[in-house]
Amino acid sequence: MEHITLSFPATRTVSGKALAGVVGSGDMEVLFTATQGDTLTIAITTSVDNSEQRWQALFERLGALSSLPAGQMQIHDFGATPGVARIRIEQVFEEVTHA
Amino acid sequence: MSQKLNRAAIWLDKLTANAPRMAGLCASVQVADGTVDGKAARFIAVVPDENNHYPRAKGGEVGLLEGWTLAKVVSETIAEDADSAEKRAIVAVIDVPSQAYGRREEAFGIHQALAGAAAAYANARLAGHPVVGLIVGKAMSGAFLAHGYQANRLIAFNDSGVMIHAMGKESAARITLRTVEALEKLAATIPPMAYDISNYETLGLLSALLDIASPEAPESADMDKVNAALVTAVREARTDNTLKNRLNAKNRQSSALVRERMRAAW
Amino acid sequence: MRNDSSFIELKARERARLLLDDGSFRELLDPFEGIVSPWLEAQGIVVQSDDGMVVAKGTINGGPAVVIAIEGAFQGGSMGEVSGAKMAAALELAAEDNRNGIPTQAVLCLETGGVRLQEANLGLAAIADIHAAIVDLRRYTPVIGVVAGTVGCFGGMSIAAALCSYLIVTREARLGLNGPQVIEQEAGIDEYDSRNRPFIWSMTGGEVRFQSGLVEALVGDGVNAVKQAVNEALAKGVPAKHRTDNYDWYLDRLNNFDTTKQADSEQIKQLFGEKRA
Repeated sequence: MEHITLSFPATRTVSGKALAGVVGSGDMEVLFTATQGDTLTIAITTSVDNSEQRWQALFERLGALSSLPAGQMQIHDFGATPGVARIRIEQVFEEVTHA
Repeated sequence: MSQKLNRAAIWLDKLTANAPRMAGLCASVQVADGTVDGKAARFIAVVPDENNHYPRAKGGEVGLLEGWTLAKVVSETIAEDADSAEKRAIVAVIDVPSQAYGRREEAFGIHQALAGAAAAYANARLAGHPVVGLIVGKAMSGAFLAHGYQANRLIAFNDSGVMIHAMGKESAARITLRTVEALEKLAATIPPMAYDISNYETLGLLSALLDIASPEAPESADMDKVNAALVTAVREARTDNTLKNRLNAKNRQSSALVRERMRAAW
Repeated sequence: MRNDSSFIELKARERARLLLDDGSFRELLDPFEGIVSPWLEAQGIVVQSDDGMVVAKGTINGGPAVVIAIEGAFQGGSMGEVSGAKMAAALELAAEDNRNGIPTQAVLCLETGGVRLQEANLGLAAIADIHAAIVDLRRYTPVIGVVAGTVGCFGGMSIAAALCSYLIVTREARLGLNGPQVIEQEAGIDEYDSRNRPFIWSMTGGEVRFQSGLVEALVGDGVNAVKQAVNEALAKGVPAKHRTDNYDWYLDRLNNFDTTKQADSEQIKQLFGEKRA
């Protein structure tokens, strides 16, 4: 099990909180709380060791595709594939955007 | 009828001065009337019966007949005292290795039988009977939930023959894919997982932990200690028919925190 | 029922939301409060923010209610210190409400293997608290249990289910005390083959439990079907006798069963009598 903290520039603000996923095998729980400011901070607890690079790459890809919102994200990961991880993160972003 | 003498049988005899056992029950449930604090008290034990009608419950396990018989005995005790201002104490004398495991047990609803027992003990406590669990040996999983865990107060012997847990070491090791030694080593570092009574005590669930010199052949000093502990437990139980006294330990602080926060948000 | 979406596929939070009246869902100790297990981190196990237990207040048919739902996907729905305390606390507060003239109803969604072994004695103690709270609360208002699957309801929580005033199950559900693997380990494969799925469902599945009178309602896997069964159960009020009061009946049947015979579907029907067509 590993704890990873990442930080990315955020170029939009939203409001509210959102949650997606559960800590089941192959899945992950994401909590997002929107804040003011220009940073998205992400705290990850994952059952998969040595995965920091992959998480870094995932968020870089997401940030390239669309702007990341400012806020705090908490991830509890139990071996989600990059595809599942992306779905969960996009789910929470979608929920706050429409809040 | 035949039975091996297990610790519960031994202590039932000693605590009731060999009083006659209640008739008409299956041989694995032994009930005798004695006294605590000079007043009438009913003592109940589950013991081995090698002629058990249900073979998977021969070794003192709590099975179909045991669960429902406990339900019957305790419920009838409540009914008998219904019009009494002061309800008599009920002492569960506990040395149970597990619930019974078997096909008939599952098919015929052992989960419902154990619920019958748990409900009866809980009803007794709610009605004002002081219910005391005296753990003289093993108090394991479903058997303990049925016979003892609904008590107002829990007393245990400080002895290596006493074990309270959710699952036996061998099964727990197999299910978590470890050796028994590895499980014991891990469990020793995590209080709620540990198998020894010292760690269990830190969880704040016991009202007393007694040093007994001879748990299998009690001497008079041992008897005095147990009787005194029963008196204290019964007196305390008369002032509180809930399980709130189990929420005071540091190792159970999250249980208290959850209740406090939920009450505030309710 | 056509166009009735699956209840089994829903996560705990959605089950609770849908069982409450539209728009009335209010979660207590929600994931953002972060009250997690204090015991899992040290064992290298990733926590879930709600510890796998959802407690939501709201209304059912306009009356005050609390729905308590176990998330079966997290650690098999197993009961830890925090998840157990959340369920117990909610039931205790519901009983207090009733004593104070507020008729709070309670529905439990039970999807659990029993005690979380990583928290062993605190899980077991929490289950004892839950048993105590159900027996207390069910004097005032019926406590409704729903076991839908796919996890089913086992261990000390099967005892909690059996304490409920009314139980609602689907065919996919199972309700039994011991997990099939543990029985096979303890008693041998001839006694219980844990890989024989039809056999397991024939012993502990929703349908046989309904036929045996151990649960009150058998429903299809649909949100509306489950809601309707919950409402019907609530409308019945506190039963005159709980299943746990029927010890004389059960003792009579169990004592007279010929235990030289092993249990099978036919024997189960004979023991319980055929209560349902």
